[in-house]
Amino acid sequence: MVADFRGGNALAKSTYRISLLSEVDLEGWRDHARRLLQGGVAPDQVTWTVEGRGNSGELDLSPPAAFPEQSSDQIARPVRISKTLLSLINSALLHSNEDRFDLAYRLLYRAQSVPALHRNPADADVLKLNRYAKAIRRDIHKMHAFVRFRKIGASEGREQFVAWFEPDHHITEAVAPFFRNRFTGMDWLIVTPGASIAWDGQKLSVGPGGCKEDVPQEDVVEAEWRTYYANIFNPARVKINAMKSEMPMKYWKNLPEAELIPSLLEQAGTRVEAMVAGAPDDRLFDSRTDEPAADRPTSLDQLYALLEQQPDAPRDKFSDRLIHGIGPDHADIMIIGEQPGDQEDREGKPFVGPAGQLLDRALEQAHIDRQQTFLTNAVKRFKFTPRGKRRIHETPNVGEINYYRWWVEQEIRLVNPKLVVALGATAARSLTGKAVTISRHRGEILPGPDGRSILITVHPSYLLRIPDEQGRQVEYAKFVRDLQLADNFVH
Amino acid sequence: MSKLDRSEKLAILADAAKYDASCASSGSVKRNSAKSGGIGSTGGTGICHSYAPDGRCISLLKILMTNYCMFDCLYCINRSSSNVRRAAFTVQEIVDLTLDFYKRNYIEGLFLSSGIIRSPDYTMEQLVEVARRLRVVHKFGGYIHLKTIPEADPELLKQAGQYADRLSINIELPDDESIARLAPEKDGKLIRRTMDNLGKKVREAKAERKSSRKAPLFAPGGHSTQMIIGADASDDAKILTTSDGLYGSYGLKRVYYSAFSPIPDASSNLPAQAPPLLREHRLYQADWLLRFYGFSVAEIMQGGSAGQLDLNIDPKLAWALQNRARFPVNINLADQESLLRIPGLGGKGVGKILQARRFTALRLTDLERICQSVKKILPFITTVDWHPGKQLDSLNLYDRLKPPPEQLSLFPA
Ligand code: SF4
Repeated sequence: MVADFRGGNALAKSTYRISLLSEVDLEGWRDHARRLLQGGVAPDQVTWTVEGRGNSGELDLSPPAAFPEQSSDQIARPVRISKTLLSLINSALLHSNEDRFDLAYRLLYRAQSVPALHRNPADADVLKLNRYAKAIRRDIHKMHAFVRFRKIGASEGREQFVAWFEPDHHITEAVAPFFRNRFTGMDWLIVTPGASIAWDGQKLSVGPGGCKEDVPQEDVVEAEWRTYYANIFNPARVKINAMKSEMPMKYWKNLPEAELIPSLLEQAGTRVEAMVAGAPDDRLFDSRTDEPAADRPTSLDQLYALLEQQPDAPRDKFSDRLIHGIGPDHADIMIIGEQPGDQEDREGKPFVGPAGQLLDRALEQAHIDRQQTFLTNAVKRFKFTPRGKRRIHETPNVGEINYYRWWVEQEIRLVNPKLVVALGATAARSLTGKAVTISRHRGEILPGPDGRSILITVHPSYLLRIPDEQGRQVEYAKFVRDLQLADNFVH
Repeated sequence: MSKLDRSEKLAILADAAKYDASCASSGSVKRNSAKSGGIGSTGGTGICHSYAPDGRCISLLKILMTNYCMFDCLYCINRSSSNVRRAAFTVQEIVDLTLDFYKRNYIEGLFLSSGIIRSPDYTMEQLVEVARRLRVVHKFGGYIHLKTIPEADPELLKQAGQYADRLSINIELPDDESIARLAPEKDGKLIRRTMDNLGKKVREAKAERKSSRKAPLFAPGGHSTQMIIGADASDDAKILTTSDGLYGSYGLKRVYYSAFSPIPDASSNLPAQAPPLLREHRLYQADWLLRFYGFSVAEIMQGGSAGQLDLNIDPKLAWALQNRARFPVNINLADQESLLRIPGLGGKGVGKILQARRFTALRLTDLERICQSVKKILPFITTVDWHPGKQLDSLNLYDRLKPPPEQLSLFPA
C-alpha cells in the first residue's frame, strides 16, 4: 500500500511542533524529518522551532503532538532522496532565515512523489532552496576570504592567532575543517557572534560565540599589509563598483585594509595625472661655465696649446701630461669618455687601454669607422692614486670636471659633429653640467644646448666591471645598440 | 643610500608589480597542510582575499624580487632607463613576508616576478630559491606562481616547475617585430621556444601522474602569459590571432590582457595615454568566446571593423548582429552549440535551459526565472509563447541593444 503523501489522510488535522536543539542541529532536523516523512505527515502540519530562539511572540504552551503511530508497513517504507537534493538541503539549513527547516521538509516531502524535483529549476521551492544554498556557499566563501588572523604570541613553538568574523548565516562550524586543513601548523581561534571554533594542533573544538572586543585589535604585520594594499592598486583603473560587489561594504569594518579605500580613491586622479604627464626633465642642461680669460681658440691645436698653459688647471693627483683628442677635425660623431687611463697617459693617446679596446670592438659591430670618429675625454689628464709601482685610477670630482667643461665645449665647437656621444657619468656631467642618471637617458637622442644632438650611454669600463658573463653580454649588446643608434642618426 | 626596511621595499616592489594582470590562484592541484603539519592549502579554485579599488582581486602577494633590471623594455616601468626608485628583497625576506601574510589569511600564496639582475640565470636561481625554501624548509602548501625568465637555463625552469603551481612567461607583444622594437633584449623566438618547452613538460608530467601517483609534479596549474594592449599598433585581430596560436600550440592556460598603463617616467616612444580599459575588457570577452564557446578568431572579428572589436557592444552580440539569419533560435529545440551563440546567454544559463527543457516546454516566465536578464536575449529567441517578429531585421537594433553611453573615462565620479 502506498500512503498518500500529499496530505488529506487521517493525520491531516494534527499539528506537529518540532523543537530543535540549536540553529545548527542538522542531525536533529534529519531525524525528525525522517520520522515525519515515514508517518506521512504533510509539510503544512509541521512547525519547526529552535530551543531558546525568541519566537514570534505568541506563546504556544500546548504540548507538541505525539508522532503518529507507525505501522510496520510505514516504517519499512524507504525515504527516497537524491544526493544532490540532500546536499542542497544540508547547505540551505545553515541559512539564517527561520523558514529554512520548513522549506527543506516541504521539498523532501514533495520529492517522494517527484524524485527529480530538484532538477527543475523553474520550481518555486527548488528556486528558493537553491537561493539559500547559494547564499550559504557565498557566506562560506567570504569567511574563507575575509577572516583576518592576529597573532597573540607563541607557545611551545607554535604560533597562536585569533580572529573575529561576522558571518551572515550559521556557517561557523561548517568552515572549521577548512581552516584546520589550511593552518595545521599553528594554533588558532575564530570568534563569531554565534559560535567560536579553535584548533590546537590536535583537535578542533567548538565553543560559544563572543564579541569583537574578545579579539586583539592589532597585529604587527597589519601595517605592511596595508602598505601592500595601497601599492598594488593601480590608480589608472578605478572600478569602485566592481570592488564593492565582490567585497561588500558590510565586511569592511573588519578588514584592516579597507580603511584606506576612501583616501586611495581620493588621490587616484592626481596620481594618474602625474603618471600621464610624466614630467620630462627639462632642466637636463645647466648653463655653461664662465669662459676663462683666454680667447676662443680657432683650431684644435691652438686649443690644446692654450690649455697646456693654463696655470689654474687642477694638478693634485693628476699626471702632467695633457691628452689630446684624436680623429678627423670634422668628424660626424664625437665620442667623449671620462679621462685618460694609465695606458693612455703613457702612450699619449685616448682610448688605447682595455676599455678602449672594448670600445673599438663595439664600434666595429655598430659599423662605425673609428678612423672617422673623434675621440676625446671630459677630463684631459689622468687622475690617480699611486700604490707601490701601480697608479690606481681615481674618478675626477665635480670641480675637476667643471674645470674642463669650457675646454670640451670648445672642442665640440671646433669639430662641429652631428652627434656627441657621452660615455658614462663623467662625460654626461661635463656635457650637461649636472648629475645625470645614465640609465634614465641612455639610448635616446637628446636635443642639447646650441641645437646639438647628444646621446648618452655607459662607459665601456663599466662593462668590464660586470662580474657575470651573461650579464656582461646583455649590457654589451645594449651598448652596441646605442652606438648603432648613433650611426643611424648621422647617416 | 640608506638601507630600506622590509616595508619600504614592499611599497616599491608591490607598486612595480601592479601592472601585471595575472593574479589568479586557481587551477592547481588540491593540497592541504593536514598531513605535512605545515601551513597552506590550495583548493583548485582560488580565493580572493581582498579587492583593490581598481576592482581587481587580491589573492596573492604579487611582488617583484627586485625592480632593478638590466633590460630596457620600453613599455616597462622597471626598464633600465627608467628613473623609478629601486629596491631589492632578499630571498629570505620574501619567504618571511609570504608566510607572515599567509598565516594571517591575507593571501592564497605568492606571485613572484623580477627584473633581471646580474644575469638571467642568476635572477632565475633566486626566484627558484624562494619557492624551494617555502616548499621544502617551511612546508608551505599555498599557491606559488613564478614568472620565468626565458633567457635562463632550461634546467632552472625545470626546478621552478617542481615547486611552483604555475609558471608564466610574458610574451607582452603580439608580434616579433614589436618585440624587437620595444623590447630590444628580448627575442620572440626564444620566448616561444621556452613556452613550448614548458608546455611539453607540463603535459609530460600530467601524463606521468596518470600512470603513477608518485610521479613528480610540474607546474600543475599550467602556464600562462600576458600581452600588453596598446603599447604597439597591433589591432585586436592580430592580438586574438596570437592568443589563438598560443593556446593551440603551447597549451597555455590563460592569456592575460593588460591595457597599457601610463607609467611614470614613460619612454617618449610610447603613447602617453592608456588605451580604453574597455578594449581590454572586450578582448577578455573575445578570448572567452575562443576558449569556451567554439568561436574562431575570424567569426569574432566579423562583429568588428577594420581589425578592431566593436567597443560599444560585446563581441558575441556584435557577431550575432552580423549573422542575423541564424536567429531567432528556438529555446526549446536548439542544440547546445546554437544556444551558446545567443548573445546575453552564458554557459550557466544554457545549462539550466537544457535541464529545464526536460520538464516542460519553456515559456518566457520560465526563462525569466532561469536567466539573469531576458530582455537582452528576446530579439534572438523563440519560446512557446514568444517570437521576436521582425525585430531582428530592424535597422536600429544595434542602437537599441547597445548600452546607453556610460562613463568610459578613467575616473568615474
Ligand atoms: S625584462 Fe621584464 S622587468 Fe626588465 S624591462 Fe623588460 S619587462 Fe621590464
